[in-house]
Amino acid sequence: MSISNISRRKFVTTGLAVAAGASGIAVAAKVARQHGLIPPDAGVLYGPGETLTYAAQRLLTRHSKAREFSSSEISKNPFANEVDPLGDEFKRLQAVNFVDWRVTVDGMAARPASFSLAEIRSFPCSMQITMIGCEEGWTYIAEWAGVPLSYILDRVGALPQARYLVYRSIQPDWWESIDMADALHPQTLLVHRMNGNELPVPFGGPLRLRVPRQLGYKNVKYITRLTLTDNLKSFGKGLGGANPDGGYAWYAGI
Amino acid sequence: MGPHVMSASLPIPDRGAGQLTSSTKLGSVVPAATPRKRHSALVRVTHWITTVAFFALLVSGGEIVLSHPRFYWGETGNVNMRPWLNLHLPSSRDTVPTGYGYVLPDQNGWSRYLHFQAAWLAVGTGLLYGLFGVITGHFRRNLFPAASELSSKELGGSLVRHLRFERPGREEAWSYNVLQRLTYLLVVFVLFPLMIWTGLAMSMGFTSAFPLTVQLLGGQQTARTLHFLMTIALVLFLLVHLVMVFVAGFRDRMRAMITGRALTDRGKL
Repeated sequence: MSISNISRRKFVTTGLAVAAGASGIAVAAKVARQHGLIPPDAGVLYGPGETLTYAAQRLLTRHSKAREFSSSEISKNPFANEVDPLGDEFKRLQAVNFVDWRVTVDGMAARPASFSLAEIRSFPCSMQITMIGCEEGWTYIAEWAGVPLSYILDRVGALPQARYLVYRSIQPDWWESIDMADALHPQTLLVHRMNGNELPVPFGGPLRLRVPRQLGYKNVKYITRLTLTDNLKSFGKGLGGANPDGGYAWYAGI
Repeated sequence: MGPHVMSASLPIPDRGAGQLTSSTKLGSVVPAATPRKRHSALVRVTHWITTVAFFALLVSGGEIVLSHPRFYWGETGNVNMRPWLNLHLPSSRDTVPTGYGYVLPDQNGWSRYLHFQAAWLAVGTGLLYGLFGVITGHFRRNLFPAASELSSKELGGSLVRHLRFERPGREEAWSYNVLQRLTYLLVVFVLFPLMIWTGLAMSMGFTSAFPLTVQLLGGQQTARTLHFLMTIALVLFLLVHLVMVFVAGFRDRMRAMITGRALTDRGKL
């Protein structure tokens, strides 16, 4: 066998392998997009890793439940973490025990609505003892109680085209979004109670969105607005949240 | 051991027949019992991809640790709890009481992004290497020690030679000694898999589908602490690995892992 034969064969097989690889990736990307496996921050520098993590976890964990613990495992010393100073609007609402606190639900809903805190507290209540973990590495376990987000989305008639839920804090620079798999997940709660008491302000009271399969920064405190959308491009930089806009991963299940 | 690949264009003297006399032109022979390449292309490529991924994981992991340089056992741990291990390093968060009068800049955004991207690269490369190692017999041939090498006398002798930093003979340029084999087996089949396991056991998305992965370890914070301790083990391995490369001959070993060529027992490439 001559050298030229070897290199010709090598050239052809390498070419075929590259072509197969490229078209394989193109087909995989198309299928992934159709199945909602591409995160909104897929285009950033670390998008490939983020996309692999999100797609793999969505395929494996769409319906799985976050670990739940026994009441004896509830942390005696939970850590609230710090938040930016709460503004005048929050203090005004806090002074009258949050009776005027409202949550607006809008976007892709058949019956957009605004609920008072009293209404939300009167909705069906779900309880869970789950761990909250910070991207910094620390954790605590608490008993959380509140209305399943799926109940609220059902009540406002979320349209089937909706793909994401954008949720905002009363803090002007804190908003995040989750996909519908997390928004409709039975453990995703609009929490108003913690360890048997009203949710304390440092832990997000009066209302916090609990997404127990994701890290703390997706569990936004002081919720005032929920927006259903099929596209995150028009929100902030289009990466799906204040933290992604600041260089953090949109998907925080890892 | 290896396949007797010979250069087809050169005459190969029979080494056993005593033909290798002073009149033989040493410059024109290739030893019969050596494979063409010291390291196969796949070993070389996966070695350097793993090197890149390892450094990315180490740097980004270190940055993440700085946002909470304390370690705990069990499920939970935070600044309101006593740590099992406090690294006494400055932190990138002012909520961590460090005793230092300053707070480092937050690097967790790109660090976490890079950590998981590099982890995917390392896992993909590891799977390719593992598949290749089984199919080609790389593990059986090059990593599993022979039973005769595992006697206390052989192991002790090898250990003494390492501790004396003895420069290995030319024959060792073409295979691994028994301590090398055992160390590489430990890194490839124990440390790297445990690193991936303890890493995944920290992910609340992953453990929602596979809760046993964290329960068997004893909790989320235990997984984090073990992940850190194994990082130290891998860094120690890396330091010894680098020292040994220098002892054995930096140029020779680097050439072998980059081009695949190594000095033969006649001192030729």
